[in-house]
Amino acid sequence: MSLNKVFGIAGSAMAAQSTRLNTTASNLANADSASGDASKVYRARQPVFQSVPDFGAALNNESANFGVRVRSIVESQAPLTQRYQPEHPEADENGNVYVSNVNTVEEMVNMLSASRSYQSSVEIMTTTRDLLAQTLRMGES
Amino acid sequence: MDIDPFGNHAKALSLRTQRNELLANNLANADTPGYKARDIDFRAAMRAAETGGGNLRMATTDAQHIPTSPGRAPGLDPAVAYRIPLQPSVDGNTVEADVEQANYAENVMGYQASLMFINRKIRGLTLAIRGGS
Repeated sequence: MSLNKVFGIAGSAMAAQSTRLNTTASNLANADSASGDASKVYRARQPVFQSVPDFGAALNNESANFGVRVRSIVESQAPLTQRYQPEHPEADENGNVYVSNVNTVEEMVNMLSASRSYQSSVEIMTTTRDLLAQTLRMGES
Repeated sequence: MDIDPFGNHAKALSLRTQRNELLANNLANADTPGYKARDIDFRAAMRAAETGGGNLRMATTDAQHIPTSPGRAPGLDPAVAYRIPLQPSVDGNTVEADVEQANYAENVMGYQASLMFINRKIRGLTLAIRGGS
């Protein structure tokens, strides 16, 4: 139980949110990638978050959580878009290509949400740093 | 003579620190599916700390009873409770970022207020020791 622990918590949140920003960037970059083979097409990826249990603290009956981590990254199972485009170099024998199932609007919303969460973590860190500095200066003035 | 010149502010600082950690954890898990936001009832925790009722110890009524050690700072064992969400979400997460941020701001203000009381008290005591010079 100390203010220092907050840095770990906020730091883990920042790491998790930056992973989310990374997947979003990857999704947006691959939004238009296409392939003639449906199994090889890029599928939208999303990180799944999980709260990290702090076993040491749980033993002492303190707050039993210590931040957040990325449990896994899942691929979207949404249907791919099939497009008839025989001039495409990747087109299959029927002239079809499959385009990735990235939803650009969804990804933009994800990006905003991730950056807001990141910002609030930064804010928490800054505030806690100020509190710590003030506590260190206790009784000086 | 007052034994504890800082009154309850030292306890308040400790509780505020603990609450700060919980609220930071809530905000860190704002996007975690199934996470339940938690908080301390500060008023109840403070009252428990004042009366010493926050730390239940077994009574020793016989000389041969072994006293149980509190193990932690006396009276600083606040009950952590789950927050009741205003708008529950489908993924089971009960963190409402705005509520948490408001609580965080309030908690930080409370911490700084306690810190200021302690600082002023120290200044007053120093003044008294130096005889006003």
